[in-house]
Amino acid sequence: MSDHLNFHFTVDGDNFVSAGQASVQVKKNLRELGLSPDVIRKVSIAMYEGEINMVIHAHGGTADVNVYEDRIEIILDDEGPGIKDVELALQEGYSTASDSVRSLGFGAGMGLPNMKRYSDDMRIDTTVGVGTKITMTIRL
Amino acid sequence: MNSYRHSVVLDEDKCTGCTTCIRRCPTEAIRILNGKADIDTDRCIDCGECIRICPHKAKKAMCSKFEHYTHYKWKVALPAPALFGQFNGLEDIDDVLQGLIDIGFDEVYEVAKAAEQVTAYTRLYLKTDHIKKPVISSACPVISRLISLRFPYLKDNILPIMPPMEIAAMSAKQKAIREHPELKPEEIGVFFISPCAAKVSYIRNGYSGFKSNVDVVISMSDIYFLLLSAMKRGNPPTVGSQTGMIGIGWASSGGEATALLNDNYLSADGIENCIQVLETIENGNIPPQLEFVELNACIGGCVGGVMTIENPFIAKTRLQTVRRYLPVSRNFLSPEMNFVPPEFVTDDMPEYKPITRLSDSMGESMRMMSQIQQLKEALPGIDCGACGSPTCRAFAEDTVRGLVKGDRCCVVLQNAEKKTEAKADEGN
Ligand SMILES: Nc1ncnc2c1ncn2[C@@H]1O[C@H](COP(=O)(O)OP(=O)(O)OP(=O)(O)O)[C@@H](O)[C@H]1O
Ligand code: SF4
Ligand code: SF4
Ligand SMILES: [Mg+2]
Repeated sequence: MSDHLNFHFTVDGDNFVSAGQASVQVKKNLRELGLSPDVIRKVSIAMYEGEINMVIHAHGGTADVNVYEDRIEIILDDEGPGIKDVELALQEGYSTASDSVRSLGFGAGMGLPNMKRYSDDMRIDTTVGVGTKITMTIRL
Repeated sequence: MNSYRHSVVLDEDKCTGCTTCIRRCPTEAIRILNGKADIDTDRCIDCGECIRICPHKAKKAMCSKFEHYTHYKWKVALPAPALFGQFNGLEDIDDVLQGLIDIGFDEVYEVAKAAEQVTAYTRLYLKTDHIKKPVISSACPVISRLISLRFPYLKDNILPIMPPMEIAAMSAKQKAIREHPELKPEEIGVFFISPCAAKVSYIRNGYSGFKSNVDVVISMSDIYFLLLSAMKRGNPPTVGSQTGMIGIGWASSGGEATALLNDNYLSADGIENCIQVLETIENGNIPPQLEFVELNACIGGCVGGVMTIENPFIAKTRLQTVRRYLPVSRNFLSPEMNFVPPEFVTDDMPEYKPITRLSDSMGESMRMMSQIQQLKEALPGIDCGACGSPTCRAFAEDTVRGLVKGDRCCVVLQNAEKKTEAKADEGN
């Protein structure tokens, strides 16, 4: 066995119905690993928001959750439009979501700020026209 | 550590091991062992899905028989409001209450009355500072147990007020003791007339060591015909209902929530819907102003309980008819009341039980999880259930946990056989 566990998910773009399923599965796995409710909640919120962002802003992508003995790493990788101004995107309330997406209850501009809040470390690598890769770490 | 006593039981003679129930269990608590369904009591939440789905009627809810309890000198019936939806053409609830007297009860205390009190106190509770919102109803024990097993983060959201049944039981017992000083407390029997198995389990276990005031639980369906024939006699009611629309409304999904006169509520019914709602609340993806969440494990609410007779939607319609001329509520608080009295507050809240944990040690759990992943890769992924586990993933997990021997996948065996045959053919 390698030094960590990997849970890999393909996040279907534009499928709002299945959006959030990866985070449900991850929660189940983390409960089996015996992690504390607090950690599970942090991971699930961070993961859920990232998953939804990939669906509504980037036509889907992949999600990887790597569990190490001392930390959990969540990597969300997409080939979407990229984020022009990361500073701005991280501000609470900033959103470029379309009206149709907003009518579904998304687009409050709280996703990225929450991902930052619930993880101990978050790195955003993004290139306009190429894609976005977000790496979040939650320490155990 | 099977300390939780459940109320869903198997009739071994009727079970054919058909695997229908294992795939429908929302907590994956059932396996087929030695050809029969076997429920893991740690995982079971008493939702009753397997009772509903079993094509051979092999699963039953365990209850007591009314006839067996002749030793109580004073018997009080506690009808759940769903009972009033079971009778065709019922005009007046009093007829049902009288029917209960006619079949041998000495007194009736309506759970719906206590429900109206809970409504009034919940309105007060929602105004309390520093409480975790949304507040989640404590009335359906399936939901509370589910939260304790799967949504630990939400356990502090549960309404800390005793469920109506328990308040009714407490009040009924106190009343009988007060009014009948000639009786010893143990001679007074409080009988809850239950729509479901979950209430039976709750009464037997509580969540963390409590003693219910309910002495005996009888099933709605068990006394149904007895009650029906008593009601047909048409004795004029000597007892009068003490509930209004609100109390009766608690029998159907949405009744508890709408009674709060607060628009920021959500109500959902059916166990799968409830699970989805809880997942969403846990992810934080809910309207921030949401104040109250009512969840009923049964479709339609308690009128959909496994011990009811009538289809939940028909029962609901009947209740609407019965409610029509009732006052909104008959149990108001005095205006100066501004807190929930301590005797209605419960400290028996569900505790988080990490029952699905693979091992006590994180390192060992990780090793086991890795084995599960590897094993699962080798399985066909069609979740056929023939091995006795609900999914291929669950079979992999059961194998790694040592619960089953990992060679029971018939698809893998068949494929291996085919390969050997093909090899033999090549040799020819
Ligand atoms: N994976 C992504 N690819 C491209 N743009 C993104 C991605 N994730 C976020 N963004 C941009 O950053 C903005 C802010 O994201 P954030 O998640 O904070 O808010 P939102 O998704 O618009 O609304 P909410 O998350 O509250 O529903 C988005 O509106 C979008 O323009
Ligand atoms: S549904 Fe379950 S309990 Fe009923 S016969 Fe099939 S295996 Fe047995
Ligand atoms: S919804 Fe009502 S009848 Fe169904 S399990 Fe819950 S308490 Fe029992
Ligand atoms: Mg977002």
